[in-house]
Order: sequence, then C-alpha cells, then structure tokens
Amino acid sequence: MLTVKSVHTHYGSIHALKGVSLHVRPAEMVALIGANGAGKSTLVNTICGLIKPTKGRIEFQGESIETLSPEEIVRRGIALVPEGRQIFCTMTVEANLEMGAFIHRRNGQQVEMDKESMYARFPILRERSRQLAGTLSGGEQQMLAISRALMSRPKLIVLDEPSMGLAPLMVKEIFRIIQELRQEGRTILLIEQNARAALQIADRGYVLETGKLVLEGDGSVLLEHREVQRAYLGKGAREIWDA
Amino acid sequence: MDSFSLGSALLQYTVSGLTIGVIYALVAIGYNIIYNVTEIINFAQGEFVMLGGLFAVFFAQSLHLPIFLAFVAAIGLTGLTGFAMERLVIRRARSSTVLSLIIITIAVSILLKGTAMFWWGKNPYSLPPFSSGRPFIVLGAAIQRQAVWIFAVSAIVVVCLTLFFRRSAYGKAMLASADNPSAARMVGIPVRQMVLLSFTLSAAIGAAAGVSITPISLMEYDRGALLGLKGFGAAVLGGLGQFFGALVAGIVLGLAESFCAGYLSSGYKDAVALVILLLALFFKPEGLFGSREAAKLKRF
Repeated sequence: MLTVKSVHTHYGSIHALKGVSLHVRPAEMVALIGANGAGKSTLVNTICGLIKPTKGRIEFQGESIETLSPEEIVRRGIALVPEGRQIFCTMTVEANLEMGAFIHRRNGQQVEMDKESMYARFPILRERSRQLAGTLSGGEQQMLAISRALMSRPKLIVLDEPSMGLAPLMVKEIFRIIQELRQEGRTILLIEQNARAALQIADRGYVLETGKLVLEGDGSVLLEHREVQRAYLGKGAREIWDA
Repeated sequence: MDSFSLGSALLQYTVSGLTIGVIYALVAIGYNIIYNVTEIINFAQGEFVMLGGLFAVFFAQSLHLPIFLAFVAAIGLTGLTGFAMERLVIRRARSSTVLSLIIITIAVSILLKGTAMFWWGKNPYSLPPFSSGRPFIVLGAAIQRQAVWIFAVSAIVVVCLTLFFRRSAYGKAMLASADNPSAARMVGIPVRQMVLLSFTLSAAIGAAAGVSITPISLMEYDRGALLGLKGFGAAVLGGLGQFFGALVAGIVLGLAESFCAGYLSSGYKDAVALVILLLALFFKPEGLFGSREAAKLKRF
C-alpha cells in the first residue's frame, strides 16, 4: 500500500534520512521505533509531504506521491495523527472533527455520520463537544487528534508518537485504542519511542538509527532481538549476555 | 423648549456617533479577518478604506458610472488590491515571523498612500449620497439618508461574515489555518488559499466602509491612517478576532468621539480613540469580548 524507496531527506545541511526503504501492506500495522533524533519524525513529515525528499520515491497505492502537496496527500488517503497532537486549540471539539473532514465538506451527511461514530467511540468527546479543544486533558486531546484523522476516512493512518507526554494509565488507554483500530482492519504506521508497547501490538517493525534502518522483522521477533532489547527495551547488556 | 433642544442635541450626537462607529466597526472587522487567519495585524487596512472611497470617486466621476455600480466596482478593485498584496508581498515573505510580516504591512500602507497621492493629489474628494433627498427628522435630530445606508451596509456585512465563519466549511477552515497552519495542511486545508482569501475579503470590507463614508466625510489620500488607527482601537477593545466585539467596540468608540466633540471640544475628538486603546491594552488586553481562556491559547 505504502512503499518508501531509498529516500534521502535533508534539513538544511543535516542529512536526516540516508536512504530509508520500507513498506506497509493493506490491513497491516507496522511499527517504526528509534531513539530521539533517529529521524522518525523526518520520515513521517516526508511521507505526508511537509518536507520534500532530496532523493528516492514514495509510492501510495501504486502512484508516486513524493512531489504532491500535503493537502493532496490527505485527499489520496493518508491521515496523520501528528506528534504533540496539534489539535486546533482555539476551536471547539466539534469544529476540530469537522475540520478533519474538510476534504469531504461537500458531503454533509457523511460528516454528520462520522462525527456520531467518533462520539460513540469516545463518549468524552461528545460531552465536551462545545468546549475549546485546548482545554481538554492530554489524553482527551490525543483521542481528538485520532478522531480528527479518522474523519478524513483515510486508507492509511500514520500515528506519530501517540503516547508522548501522557500519563502511564493514558498511554495504556491509547495503545488499547490503536489495537482496536487495527482489529477493525485499518492500515497503520505507528511511530513510537515506547518500543515494547509498539512492538507488542504491531505485525512488523522497523528500527531506525541516525537516519538509517538497521533492523526489520515481525513484531514478536524484534521484541526478542538482542540489539533491540539492549538499546530500546532497557535491559542491561549483562542481563542479556548472561541469559 | 430648552430641555427639548438639549434632548435633540443628545440624539444628534448619538446618531452621528453611531454612524462613524459602524464605520470603525467595519475597519475593525477587516483587521480581525486577517488576524484570525494569519495572526498578522494588517496596518494597511486603513489604506483599503481610503482606496475604496477614491476608487468609487474615480468610477462615479471620471467614468460616470451610476453610484451603485461604482460602489461594487470600487469594492472589487480594492479586493483585487488586497489579493495582489498577499500574492506579491506577503507570500514572498511567508517564512518570516509574524512580527516582520506586520512591519511589511506598514510598508505596504506607506506605498499605497504614496501612490494614491500621486494619482489623486492631496485634495479631498466627495461622492453623491447613495440616494438623494432630505434628511429624516426624528425628534428634532436630522438623520442623513447616507447614514441609513451606512447602517444597512454594515448590517449586511456583519450578518454575512458571521454566517460564513460559524457555518461554512471555508470559514471554519480559515479559523483552523490561523490556529495551527501545519495541522490545517495535514487535514487537507489549502492554507495559502485561505490567507489569500482573508486579504481579499478584508480589503473588500474596508472598501465598503470607505465608499459608504465618502459622501458624508469626504476622502483624501491620507485619510486611511487615522481611520485605520481608530478601527484598530475598536478591534483591540472588542477583543482581537471577535466580530461581535468589534461591532460593539466600534460603536462605543464612535459614540465616545461624538459626545466628546459635542460636549467637550472637537479638538480632543481624535484623542478619544487612542485613550480608549491604551486603557484597553492596560486593563483588559483580551478585550471586552475576547475570552481570557482563548487569549491564553493564542500566541500573539
């Protein structure tokens, strides 16, 4: 469904992505893990069209999208739940949802229906539908950001660090929601620092390190991988070597 | 008899205060539209008012168009000026900070004023009122027919804009672009188009105010600065970005000015707006109608 072919991206003079290739198949959930500064967000921004790659191709449903504008990429069916949630703070919760469906604005009936289904999925958003979105708690804002992305009826959802900055209980809740989305058969690319939680629910995973993919495999395999355990799961080297 | 004339004087001041007040409100609304989408305070807003008036003079007196056609044509041409300002100036500087963009709008205002001076000279121009006839006499106060037109134009603008921003997807998308431009792009909103639309729209609204007021108070190349400043006062007093607030604050400002001119001295008239602007900034920077909550969530 999504194929990234040896993509290079520069941030000014910084060579942030050095030939990254990955793919996501339909109805698959792929996790991309890596430390701070590994280039995860750069990759997300490149896929969504906010930054243009300097080399390489990105294909979505067989068509190359690396030269398209972010607006056009949304219309093709990729929705982003951005890092730090990025909801419209000064607008109401309801208006946030409507903006998520901006590309479907001519289809009022569908927008109303989808809004209802978001409220059914997250009853707290219905309760707060008239409130300014900036007044929601972090977890509620994350639910709103996910709902807003779903409102565009995407074929692929890209979640960028959805657990960042949330309380542990809320992190659990957000991962439960992501699992739910996966069970509905949606195609998901999940970017996370929380490697354990991400790999536990993902079909496959990639490990990104300083702009290069260093590992690739099934979620459960990566979870057991020594290098992943040492670098991302916080197990001491001795613990692993002695085992 | 004495009390009657006192009463009618009061009424007369009220009417002229309301008339100029709704003009300030229209100018303030122009600021609010651009602010809402870009967080830019467009200091060329007063120049749009001036251009509206002078374009109408050009269409009505040089081309001999009927006044309503001149009204529409002046609004259209000023809207085009706003469009060009965004396309040729603002868009080229899009990576700059909001503050530098605000300074750029000051440059544009100087440019527009200078061009207008070359084109029309320094003399004030007048327009015939939209409909001729004697003023209405109500309880001893004279209400000019043009004043009624000014109220009508303002009412139409306010109702249309309120519906546009509250109900239409484009209106809300303009607000979303202001709130978080990159997130707006990520949900498929063409943010640059929204910015372009905001400049065009507020230039057109400024022009509507300019054309409406020219038959009453004349128009010349440097009238824009003061109208712009007073409109800015109204925008701040009403809470930046608040349309209803701008309307009320514009009227309050107009009334204060008119009463000051009537009962104190007309020499202090122009100071009133500035004093109110300063008081608002000192004591209630979020404005009368801006919510403190929303002000906290905004960056600028």
